[in-house]
Amino acid sequence: MAGRFIEVEGLGKQYEAAAPGTPPALQGVTLAIGQGEFVAVMGPSGSGKSTFMNIVGLLDTPTAGAYRLNGKDVAGLSTDELAHVRNRVFGFVFQGFNLLKRISAAENVALPMVYSGTGGAERRRRAQELLAKVGLGAYGDALPARLSGGQQQRVAIARALANHPQLILADEPTGNLDTQTSNEIMDFLTSLNRETGVTILLVTHENDIAQYARRLIRFKDGRVVHDGPVTREPQPAAREKVAP
Amino acid sequence: MNPLAVVREAGRSLGANKLRTGLTMLGMVIGVAAVVLMLAVGTGAQNQVNRAVGSMGSNLLVILSGSTSAGTLRMGSGNAPTLTTGDAEAIARLPAVQAVAPTFPGGAQLAYGVNNWGTQVLGVTPEYLSVRDWPVEAGDPISETDVRSSTRVALLGATVVEKLFDTEDPVGKTIRIRGQPFQVIGVLKKKGQSLDGRDQDDSVLVPITTAQGKLFGNRFPGTVRFMFVQAVSQAATATAEHEITLLLRQRHRIQPDADDDFTVRNLTQAAEAASATARILSLMLGAIGSISLVVGGIGIMNIMLVSVTERTREIGIRMAIGARRRDVLLQFLLEALMICIVGGLVGIALGVAGAFAVGKAMQIEVAFSASVMLVAFAVSAATGIFFGFWPARRAAGLRPVEALRYE
Repeated sequence: MAGRFIEVEGLGKQYEAAAPGTPPALQGVTLAIGQGEFVAVMGPSGSGKSTFMNIVGLLDTPTAGAYRLNGKDVAGLSTDELAHVRNRVFGFVFQGFNLLKRISAAENVALPMVYSGTGGAERRRRAQELLAKVGLGAYGDALPARLSGGQQQRVAIARALANHPQLILADEPTGNLDTQTSNEIMDFLTSLNRETGVTILLVTHENDIAQYARRLIRFKDGRVVHDGPVTREPQPAAREKVAP
Repeated sequence: MNPLAVVREAGRSLGANKLRTGLTMLGMVIGVAAVVLMLAVGTGAQNQVNRAVGSMGSNLLVILSGSTSAGTLRMGSGNAPTLTTGDAEAIARLPAVQAVAPTFPGGAQLAYGVNNWGTQVLGVTPEYLSVRDWPVEAGDPISETDVRSSTRVALLGATVVEKLFDTEDPVGKTIRIRGQPFQVIGVLKKKGQSLDGRDQDDSVLVPITTAQGKLFGNRFPGTVRFMFVQAVSQAATATAEHEITLLLRQRHRIQPDADDDFTVRNLTQAAEAASATARILSLMLGAIGSISLVVGGIGIMNIMLVSVTERTREIGIRMAIGARRRDVLLQFLLEALMICIVGGLVGIALGVAGAFAVGKAMQIEVAFSASVMLVAFAVSAATGIFFGFWPARRAAGLRPVEALRYE
């Protein structure tokens, strides 16, 4: 199926440092993700969901299989081209926010544009616009430490949006947040997906959070064990929430 | 990423952690300041010695008359009246000799108005001033005519002027030396201390014939106590020494197996020894300074290593949002460079200021050389850049996921 946004085929990852006999972190993963999808990736710790995420985000390289982005095999890309894709096509949102602590919120948001060569005035304008969009228009000069967890995650989302990405990779974006803040963040991502058509790949181990997505992929022991539309469940998921 | 943005990013990163930046810079500042300060003091001392050496006159030999003995009592050198003005004239004709200054010294009390001062009076010929490289500051030097007619004229050293005249202009005034009236025809330029610490300016020059005949009444007319001999070049001093010895033995009719009745000393050797000592001192201070520079460099390296390691995660974040390896490298290189440039400049300023303060407090001379500052600066800069660059290279070589995972 050429022309799909993201296609992986027989994707595998074996860590060199792993003890002999350990099964690979990822094996035989074959799937495709289209433009505009909102996909939740779930699975217990060590299931390979984060490894999958890092490979899709071009932060890590697979040891087996192929990964085609917009029909192009990424194995042939140089480190500079990989950096370019991360800069222009992807936007990352991490569990620990990963903001640079010593620069202001606005400077954090502007950072991807520094690497894309956007001019200073345009960077400041866009950073302010993005901060306003995530509801933090008044906090541009604040250092991350002065902001609450929810506010920091919004700054991180604003940063992820800086270069108009096609894909947002969110790795446990609500992992450090309380339920209400988590819901606010997820509402924001959902509306983003609906309004701008940006593809979202969300890694989480919380059923409640996965409910926001439209498609669910479950990993276990490095393999995909489920791939299908999210079914609206009532509340028994609360039990799974405490699982690691 | 455009170059200006890289510079600004590096500047912002430095400004964001002022303590770390300050500490790194401190190593650089101390190292450069130490080298500049130490070498300023060392070079100053060397200059001081070289000037003292130079004040003696260049390519000099001194000839002392021999010793006398009365029975078993042997007097020191310079006591026997064996050197004569005739010897001086003969020596002056030797090929290796540039000029000869026969000298007849004595102690005398000077008086002018209500002031009086005891000092050394040197009977000299006109050659004395050129041989000792001692210019007249005001008035006229002693002339051949003065020597021929043993006139009572005097050239005063700076200290003597100070003691006798305060602020008055001494030229043309009449002073009394041992009660005899002498006209002051000139004042000598200040010469400073000799190598052994004597004040060379505390002396008066008069025509040698006046000193011999009128001032110090001499039982052996025409004799001199010692002579300064200037060789034609530094290399010629040894030849001159040899020629003089042969000539004087011949003129004094000394038998082949008998001892010389005079002593020839080569002052260039003493001068060389003094210069060498000063050079060694300067080198030693330089070495101490260089050690501080190395220590400073190690300080830079330490902080750079720590700071890069500590920022591995930051590097990961930057790579995740699109920094290329060369962006990361360039940022760290620039940070190191900025620290080094600012630290080096502050170090130079501090070293110069410190050297001036030390010079003032300890009353010693300090001297600066641009090349020393440049080298100190370059060495620290190289250390800082190398040790900043190397760990950054390592971090930039990581896969982003590893750098991100770093705690």
